This record gives sequence, structure tokens and C-alpha cells, in this order.
Amino acid sequence: MATRSVVPFGPQHPVLPEPIHIDLVLEDEKVIEAIPSIGFIHRGLEKLVEKKDFQEMVYVAERICGICSFGHGYGYVDAIEHIMSIEVPERAKYLRMILFELSRLHSHLLWLGLLADAFGFESLFMDTWRIREGILDMFEESTGGRVIFSINKVGGVRRDIPDEMLKRFVKKLDEIESEVGVAARAFLEDSAVKTRLCGIGKLTAREAEELGCCGPMLRASGIRRDTRKLGYLAYDDIDFDIIASDVGDSYARTEVRLGEIFQSIDIIRQAVSKLPGGETEAPVKGFPDGEYMTRIEQPRGEACYYVKANGKKFIQRMRVRTPTFANIPALTKILQGCDMADVPIMVVTIDPCISCTER
Amino acid sequence: MKISKSPWLLHYDASSCNGCDIEVLAATTPVYDIERFGIINTGNPKHADILVITGGVNAQNATVVKQIYSQMPDPKVVVAAGICACDGGIFKDCYNILGGTDTVIPVDVYVPGCAVRPEALIDGISKAIAMLDEKKQAAIEHASCQIHYEDKED
Repeated sequence: MATRSVVPFGPQHPVLPEPIHIDLVLEDEKVIEAIPSIGFIHRGLEKLVEKKDFQEMVYVAERICGICSFGHGYGYVDAIEHIMSIEVPERAKYLRMILFELSRLHSHLLWLGLLADAFGFESLFMDTWRIREGILDMFEESTGGRVIFSINKVGGVRRDIPDEMLKRFVKKLDEIESEVGVAARAFLEDSAVKTRLCGIGKLTAREAEELGCCGPMLRASGIRRDTRKLGYLAYDDIDFDIIASDVGDSYARTEVRLGEIFQSIDIIRQAVSKLPGGETEAPVKGFPDGEYMTRIEQPRGEACYYVKANGKKFIQRMRVRTPTFANIPALTKILQGCDMADVPIMVVTIDPCISCTER
Repeated sequence: MKISKSPWLLHYDASSCNGCDIEVLAATTPVYDIERFGIINTGNPKHADILVITGGVNAQNATVVKQIYSQMPDPKVVVAAGICACDGGIFKDCYNILGGTDTVIPVDVYVPGCAVRPEALIDGISKAIAMLDEKKQAAIEHASCQIHYEDKED
């Protein structure tokens, strides 16, 4: 029998933008077991509800994670709006949906770049991040911020985005779509890339379901579940299909996320063509009293926000369940039996967002 | 040979929300292109001259930050990127945040911002590069003084 050895992976590792520590138990080059330990980015921001009032907490919620910042802000604000029974104007809902999909675009492009970096395709990494800058320019022009833009507030959005600007964005998205198309060919058809992705990190539909996966990780294993189909914001008015694959390997996860990039562009087009006029915010009176749980589809999967308040300025409890937390059990599962050299690829293909997970 | 011609950069996420991390990475990609200063984003502390820390330091990663800093060869500079790395920022009041980067290691350049903008980061790093040369010069002078002193003793 080969001797067993333990190789630490992280917290500081060239492939990881964020720290996670995994102890890899190896037998020769094969990983037998992977034991994750987290807590390097734990800040304890849920307890800040005792020090920041319910309006200020929006800023804290947005800083749960800088990549899916818009979604976190929206999830919290939506829970408060339900507790206070605030009717958000239709235009604000559409603007939020457009910004949400732009966030998804930027997050998926970022992930594609990190994946390219993980399998050593430096120029592809640079190219996808160059494309992503186009989306960040749109954020900057419309909201003022590049990654954290605080446009959500309880009752609506902080500023209106003019129709002409949105039409210009749609034109720019056409260019971005064709550029992503070129990059997508490199990801899906390049033979060297395929050898790094095909058959690596296989997860069957049953395993994905049992381990409680969510988001593209679940859909790539053949389960068609997308929280956007619940019809929050204005997703009910939009025509879109759930993108899924039945293969369940790293290649399928790349395929699903690439498909979602094109889908998001399509959703933005539909939303801009249907955009209603009118107010962008509703008045807020009094303090929240009650509890509510919101479910939304973040770029990485389903996220839940629980808020409990008792009619005072400070809410009592905020709890966030983030998608990466749900995907970590699946990560330890797919790492078992893989080659040591494939570990970085697999850690990246779950699209880990550690600062969401640990808050 | 001046070290500032090609300083290598190491980035570590202490407890940032990712906003600053992706801006540090964005600074290395074509639009901002920090590589034009000869900078390469390395993953190995032993190859690095500039340490960029994002996010405040918490109880668990304080030792990691100290270790990475001690593994880097002299001369080295530390850049605290983002307001959280400068003094804790919005998370200052959290129970698990000890404070800014300077609570555990000496910081040379503070770059505020939430999230830090790539332009500001490039400005901060170019200041850090100038400091690298100064530190190296000081180390050489210090070493030559000591040799001189030892010669006198003989």
C-alpha cells in the first residue's frame, strides 16, 4: 500500500484570490480525502445589526461580498420591504433586475478569467477580464461605483437610469456578446482546454441533490432549478429557459455559465424594451416589525436572507445563507479520487466566494 | 541594479469583501495593466517584493499575514489596499476584526477607498516602488558602515 501524506492547500495559494484552507490526504498522486477549514475571512457582520440601524445595514449587506454585492443588497432590502409592506414602483423593479443581470454577467466573466488562470491560459484570463471591464464601465456610468455601488435602498433605487443610457448599454452589450462568443470558442472547443476540463470533477444529479448544491453547480449536474423562476422582481414578465447540462463535469459547469452570460444579455434586452416609466422609489415610514425570508438567485446559486425586527430602529437578527456554503460539501465529494494537479481546477469550478460563505 | 525596475507583487486577502481583491486583479489586466511597471503578480512570498493586503486583520488570519510577511526577502514594502486594510473600515466594529493591517505588520503605503479604485492602487504601488529603492539603498549603506566598523576593529 502506498504511504499516505497530507498536503495543505491554502490559505495563501497562487490560484486562490481568497483564502480557504483544505487538507488534502494523498496516496501517491491521488487525493483520498479533502478536509476543508474556513474562517479566514470571518468578520461577524451579522452582529452589526446591533450597531447600525436598518437603513445603514444596506451598506453592510452590500459588503458581504464585492462580486455579488448588488444581489446581497437587494436580498436584504427586499426582506425589509416585505416586512414593512412597501410597494416598490415597477420601474425600480425593472432597474434592479437590469443591474442584477449585469452583476451576473460581470461575475461569470470574472469566474471564466479565474478558470483560465487556473488551467494556465494566461492570455484567455486577460481577454475575459478585458471584456468584463466593459460591464464595469456601465456600472460606473449609471451608478457611480465600479464594484460596490450602493444603488439599492429601502423602497426603491437611489437614482434613475435614463432610457437613452440603457439603450446605449444594450448596443454595447451586442459588442460584448460577440466578444464573449470568441472567448467561448476557446473555452469550449480548444483541445488543450478540453483535456483539463472534460471528465474532471464529475458530480451526478443524485449526488448534487443529496449534497444540497445550488446554482450552476446543480444545473450542470442535470437538475433544472433556478430561483429566478419564482418570479421575484420582474422575472415573471421575461421569457427565459433554465440552462442546464446532464454531464456534471467541469466542462459542463463552464458550458452552463457561458450559456447564462448570453441568457443575461437577452434578459437585459427584454427588460429594456419593456421598461415602464414613473417613480423609482416609494416613501418609507416607521420601523420594520416582523420577520421575513427572501430567496434570490445569485450568480453562484440560491441565497437566502432572513430578517427579524421588532418595530425598533435596529433590527433584531439578520441571517444570510450563501450559495458557496451549500456547494462546499460537493467540493469535498468531487475532490475524492482526483489527481493532485486537478485540485485547483475543481476548487475554482464551484466558483467559490469565501467572503460570502464566512461573512 | 535598481530593484524598482521589476518588483514582483503578492496579494493576500486578509478579510476583505472581495471588492478590493478583484480590483487588485483588475489592475493587472489589460485596461489598467500594472505589468507595464515590470510588475508580475506572483503567488510565492519568497519571490515577492511588494505585499498588497486587502481587508482588515481578524483573529484567525493574523498569523498568516505575519508568516507571509516574514517569508518575503528584504527589502520589502507593504501596501494596505482599501479602507478595511487601512483601519478596519465598515467592519471596524465587528467582534472578529482586530483592526487594519498595521496592527500586525508595518505598513508603508495606505490606499483608501471602498472598493479601492485601480487608479488609486497604481498610484499607491508606484509610491511603494520608490520606497523599495530607498530601503535597498539604506540597507547597502548600513552594510558598508558595518564593514567599515569591523575593519577598524581589526
